[in-house]
Amino acid sequence: MAKSYYDPADLRKFGEITEWSEELGKKFFDYYGKVFEEGALSAREKSLIALAVSHVVKCPYCIDAYTQDGLQRGITKEEMMEAVHAGAAIEGGASLVHGVQMMNKYKKLSM
Amino acid sequence: MPISIIAEFAFMTQKSLHARKDDLSNPVKQLEFLSNGLFAEGELPTFKQKVSQTENTPLKPKKLEILQINLGYMCNQTCSHCHVDAGPDRKEIMTVETMKDCLKAIKQTGAHTLDLTGGAPEMNPNFRWFVKEASKVGIKDIIVRSNLTIIVANKKYHDLPQFFKEHNVHVVSSLPFYKREKTDKQRGKGVFDSSIRALKMLNEVGYGKENSDLKLDLVYNPSGAFLPTDQEAMERDFKEALKEDFNIEFNNLFAITNLPISRFLEFLIASENYEDYMHALVDAYNPAAVKNVMCRNTLSISWDGYLYDCDFNQMLELKVASKVQHISDYNENELQNRNIIISQHCYGCTAGAGSSCQGSVA
Ligand code: SF4
Ligand code: SF4
Repeated sequence: MAKSYYDPADLRKFGEITEWSEELGKKFFDYYGKVFEEGALSAREKSLIALAVSHVVKCPYCIDAYTQDGLQRGITKEEMMEAVHAGAAIEGGASLVHGVQMMNKYKKLSM
Repeated sequence: MPISIIAEFAFMTQKSLHARKDDLSNPVKQLEFLSNGLFAEGELPTFKQKVSQTENTPLKPKKLEILQINLGYMCNQTCSHCHVDAGPDRKEIMTVETMKDCLKAIKQTGAHTLDLTGGAPEMNPNFRWFVKEASKVGIKDIIVRSNLTIIVANKKYHDLPQFFKEHNVHVVSSLPFYKREKTDKQRGKGVFDSSIRALKMLNEVGYGKENSDLKLDLVYNPSGAFLPTDQEAMERDFKEALKEDFNIEFNNLFAITNLPISRFLEFLIASENYEDYMHALVDAYNPAAVKNVMCRNTLSISWDGYLYDCDFNQMLELKVASKVQHISDYNENELQNRNIIISQHCYGCTAGAGSSCQGSVA
């Protein structure tokens, strides 16, 4: 067993999940591939969304993969950082908006 | 990501590997390195193993279309990714005698394109004479690979756009990105602004304009340890940005993969990207690209007149496997019978949409 939970080399092995469940693995990768094709959104736009989400879900594999994908697509580092902020802002907002719940509860409990 | 490493690197590579007497300036060492590790241990298949899954090996040339002549390794730049290891400190320059041998070959060749490269080919003192003589022979397309900055580097080069125009030269120029920062990191400080000035001068005499016969193509290659993506999408982005920001026009964009040799190999090793990069190349291996790799329709001639399957093999000193190895003995039929010499660096030509001096091939 590896001594750490995340090994960069494991990203390359992602496709191997199919070996233990071919049907589901294949369905997932077909879906995944389709999602990132050019559509109503460009592949470039989707790459930036993926980068933002990678940060929100804090997946080191995804962050590596979509930083590289962005570089390949000619996405600038300013664009990448703005995408990360967009993700972080939503994540921060999602925490903060619960402040309303706290306020509601506080008020309800207080005399 | 290795952005900071690239920056440091640009600084470190002010001199060629050759001048620094670096181990990697030795082609034998490079080839050894490319055959050890990942490939010797069987983690990745060798290029030969991979190719023989779908092609007859050894690889054979198809119809010869392009003669690529390297006029010398001297260059006014020292780009950190340069596979030629070119720079101001390189003194290897083609002589008039060798040029005359080349002209003889051009007269008898079946190739339709002459592709002049370097270094900065314009720095060869007999460059203009050679272009004039070659254009008299009547070969269809004469390409000059110009790094752009040479045009503005010195007064004596300022009239190059006019000279190119007079001889109907097809200009192919490298601009790694349409933004200053990445261009300067890869090619040196100030390179972007000089390139923009040179592109404007080329546009002014009619290059790259719609309805003009004067062709100006740009070459994009990634500024780091990643592969180029879709050539068409890149071309769209380049065209939009250059038009909007600088009112510059050009014809086509060629997306070229950096091959893991010479200074780019040095960068890969120093930035610890080598293994990932080789994995990326092998993962992206495209059997369709093998059909059209450059060595199948090109012959490369070095500054000292030796013949190679391509410019990369030239830098690795892998001379053609033929009785005819020098331009002074040129014999096209004999050469067309040769076996192409391949090694792991060839994965750079077959990744994704493939890569050649004319961009994607699949
Ligand atoms: S301009 Fe071209 S030949 Fe000169 S150093 Fe850069 S990549 Fe090499
Ligand atoms: S580097 Fe590319 S062009 Fe040269 S021999 Fe290998 S596959 Fe052919």
